[in-house]
Amino acid sequence: MTGVLEGDIGIALVNILLLTVLFVVAIAIARLRNLFAIVMLSGIYSLVSATWYVVVDAVDVAFTEAAVGAGMSTVVLLGAMLLTSRTAKPDKKFARLGPLLVVIATGVMLIYASVDLPALGDPNSPVNQGVGLTYMQINWADTGIPNVVTSVLGSYRGFDTLGETTVVFLAGLAVALLLGFGERSLAESIRREGNLPDRNAASGAEAGKEEDAS
Amino acid sequence: MNSDHHVILRVVSKMLLPIIVMFAFYTQFHGDFGPGGGFQAGIIIAVGVILYALIAGVPAAMRAVPPAFTRSLAAIGVMVYAGVGYWAMLKGGNYLEYQALFNEPPGEHHGQHIGIMVIELGVLFGVSGAMLTIFYAFAGRVAEIRDKDW
Repeated sequence: MTGVLEGDIGIALVNILLLTVLFVVAIAIARLRNLFAIVMLSGIYSLVSATWYVVVDAVDVAFTEAAVGAGMSTVVLLGAMLLTSRTAKPDKKFARLGPLLVVIATGVMLIYASVDLPALGDPNSPVNQGVGLTYMQINWADTGIPNVVTSVLGSYRGFDTLGETTVVFLAGLAVALLLGFGERSLAESIRREGNLPDRNAASGAEAGKEEDAS
Repeated sequence: MNSDHHVILRVVSKMLLPIIVMFAFYTQFHGDFGPGGGFQAGIIIAVGVILYALIAGVPAAMRAVPPAFTRSLAAIGVMVYAGVGYWAMLKGGNYLEYQALFNEPPGEHHGQHIGIMVIELGVLFGVSGAMLTIFYAFAGRVAEIRDKDW
């Protein structure tokens, strides 16, 4: 019993540490005005939360968070950042009061609701007793696939995953419809810079001006 | 060209690229046994190409993996996934009923394995194609990221 208790205390300390880092990063993101720093910090936020998902044994979610949150969306945000200015506009003096009240109210409600949550890993909690337990019991006889996450995603919930794939496809399609596929604007910007005789000296100011206009 | 002072970055990335793509395929085909699957593998492959675009420039990446290819890949992925469903229907089962793919009795799992492998391939194509299409749409706006932009 003492061994279990010590293990729990260790994991609790790791949890507290990781959540504190998340809290600090979130505050820093809210206070910064430099977009590059904000993009980098949001990547760090994703990476730390992926670590935290590993601690609570959600390895698949952690993998996805590290790949999508820390890798992909950071790159896409960097690409979007290049199209706009480098710093966010400063807020007006009292413009933050409304959002602050909403955040505090939501936080109070969440803390109030968290009192009723079952303990982490509690075998008697509804999550582990209901459909989750059924999947664990029937998965091997039904599909013969050792990883329950894969068989639930691919087989039991195959329709959901088809929908998710379609959503990802539609996201790509929507961005391409809004911004173009990238070939023509790339050829345009290469032509623009290629026309300038001295790239290193003149292109900076010249291309910068044209990008601001576009 | 200002390609001199990034030489360490270029060499290290060049060494990492095959490993990244290899890891993506490991994630893809090991998804039955451990964490991972088509979504993660698709993102990792896309990130490999994006890394190439960051070190060699977007035009070089567009020559290696053309935008026409990525957007077709995204569409083909969704079609592969949906096609498995129609394959099961042609065999007399319900939509996406893998058990019906080879008309197996409930105890056998060949159809489940093949079905999940093919739909995960569809997810891989769809996700990597869509992510690269999004990246090209953003990155195509700026030919080369100048140092002052950092």
